[in-house]
Amino acid sequence: MSKKIIITPQNHRQLRDDFAILSRKSHNNHPLVYLDNAATTQKPHAVIASVNDFYHFNNANVHRSSHFLGNQASAQFEQARQQIKTFINARHSKEIIWTKGATEAINLIVNTWGQNNINKGDTILLSTMEHHANIVPWQMLAQRTGAVIKPIKLNNQLHIDLENYQQLLKTSPKIVAFCHASNALGTINPIADMINMAKRVGAVTLIDGAQATSHLPIDVQQLDCDFYVFSGHKMFAPTGVGVLYGKEKLLNSLPPWQGGGEMITSVSFQHTRYQQIPYKFEAGTPNIAGAIGINKAVEYLTQYDRLSLIQYKQQLFEQLYDYLQQQPQITIYSPLKHNIGVLSFNVEGEHHQDIGTLMDQYGIAVRTGHHCTMPLMTELGINGTIRISLSIYNNDKDIQSCINGLSKVLKLLK
Amino acid sequence: MINYTHHDIIQIFSKHTSWEDKYRQILQLSKALPPLANDWKTQTNKVIGCESDVWLHMIYNRQTDRFEFNADSNARIVRGLLIIVLAAFNGKSHQDIHHFDTKNYFSTLNLMHYLSPSRNNGIYAVIQHIKQSTHNFTQNH
Repeated sequence: MSKKIIITPQNHRQLRDDFAILSRKSHNNHPLVYLDNAATTQKPHAVIASVNDFYHFNNANVHRSSHFLGNQASAQFEQARQQIKTFINARHSKEIIWTKGATEAINLIVNTWGQNNINKGDTILLSTMEHHANIVPWQMLAQRTGAVIKPIKLNNQLHIDLENYQQLLKTSPKIVAFCHASNALGTINPIADMINMAKRVGAVTLIDGAQATSHLPIDVQQLDCDFYVFSGHKMFAPTGVGVLYGKEKLLNSLPPWQGGGEMITSVSFQHTRYQQIPYKFEAGTPNIAGAIGINKAVEYLTQYDRLSLIQYKQQLFEQLYDYLQQQPQITIYSPLKHNIGVLSFNVEGEHHQDIGTLMDQYGIAVRTGHHCTMPLMTELGINGTIRISLSIYNNDKDIQSCINGLSKVLKLLK
Repeated sequence: MINYTHHDIIQIFSKHTSWEDKYRQILQLSKALPPLANDWKTQTNKVIGCESDVWLHMIYNRQTDRFEFNADSNARIVRGLLIIVLAAFNGKSHQDIHHFDTKNYFSTLNLMHYLSPSRNNGIYAVIQHIKQSTHNFTQNH
């Protein structure tokens, strides 16, 4: 195993320079300060080049053609699957299903596992902080089947209320689904403990890892969750590619979802036989370029010592948090610790949209609104926040620009 | 009642060259928007496609054949922009509203990005709402 690059404030520049888009200008000739990483991440040159190279030199369909290009494309595509298997420490690459993203992965689970296992009166547990992608598909299922969704409450610190979770587990839910980290608040949930608690009552576990994979090392065997989903574009890879991880035995027990080419072994009008996993769940021509991109993204990310990336980001986060905490008119909803680097806040007497619009004029890209977590917003008694979200390439200058910009915005609004 | 015409608005903004001045002006204008009575903050009056809450209440004056709009939002910049929009459409006939060159107006003000038809572009949605409502009203009366 090659030595990992340890990132420090002194050598961070080399990482930053891999992301050309960060050198561009935004509104009013201000340098772009990209702080909307929870929405999507920027791509390093290597990832962009890998997609370009695929189309330039290696483009062919996968698994169909036995010619030179087709074999190469298939090899790269399956190599990517293998890379993901290693990235999350799955037992076998057949447990890695390619999807469009985390949202599609959840819909796949709902429409296969959910369809087969959820009946009238069954309980589904979701947390109050879930993204709509991990709520709406379940609601659609509950509507069809007559199942019941019970939300896990949050405590005063806006963490998952584990006592409430324990209580809800006593109602024997069939499945428990929650995020590894919150896109709106940044909170890292104690998923290992929560998975263990769920297993004790025989519930299936689904973890929405969309916000986690770019920040935290993942070990699905250690977690022992049944399903883990994530999206490429939130971890320096192209849009339109994502992963559903499922335990082999579980995936084998499921019916296919989308039908078509690739997921069959034979088709006749009398009888059609389905493929084994993973192909059973991969109908049609996949996002080959996307898979190649995410392969490169994983390669890129894992060349670094991940703890050093976390530490570098955390000290930036603490600088930001410190400044915001000192402003009397600012309310912070995100925790300082156990956070992937997301800071949601509001300014008293101002609409979050006004703050975001003016910050944007200073070149600072943040997100405002409900962040696709309306039940959480309702729980907080608000209709939205301003959200700053950090990634591996943000630096001290970004934080300073953000602080300066916000300070000017507050003056403008006086 | 909004006392600005679109000529007034163009004049006010011609003085501002920096974006900060422009937004200060928009925020200043927002104070001129009278708050909308709660009775008029109905579902029908809610403009879809805005990140903030925006309501638009249409009044038709049969004697003069002119439309008047009252509007409100919980976001300050949007309130300022509503003054700018309403200055163009208040006290106008259906034909004038239909023919008003919104592109030129917003271009002169250097606020063109507010006209992009995006899922959550509130001002674009407001202008569409005004044009659609006056059109529907005229068709039915």
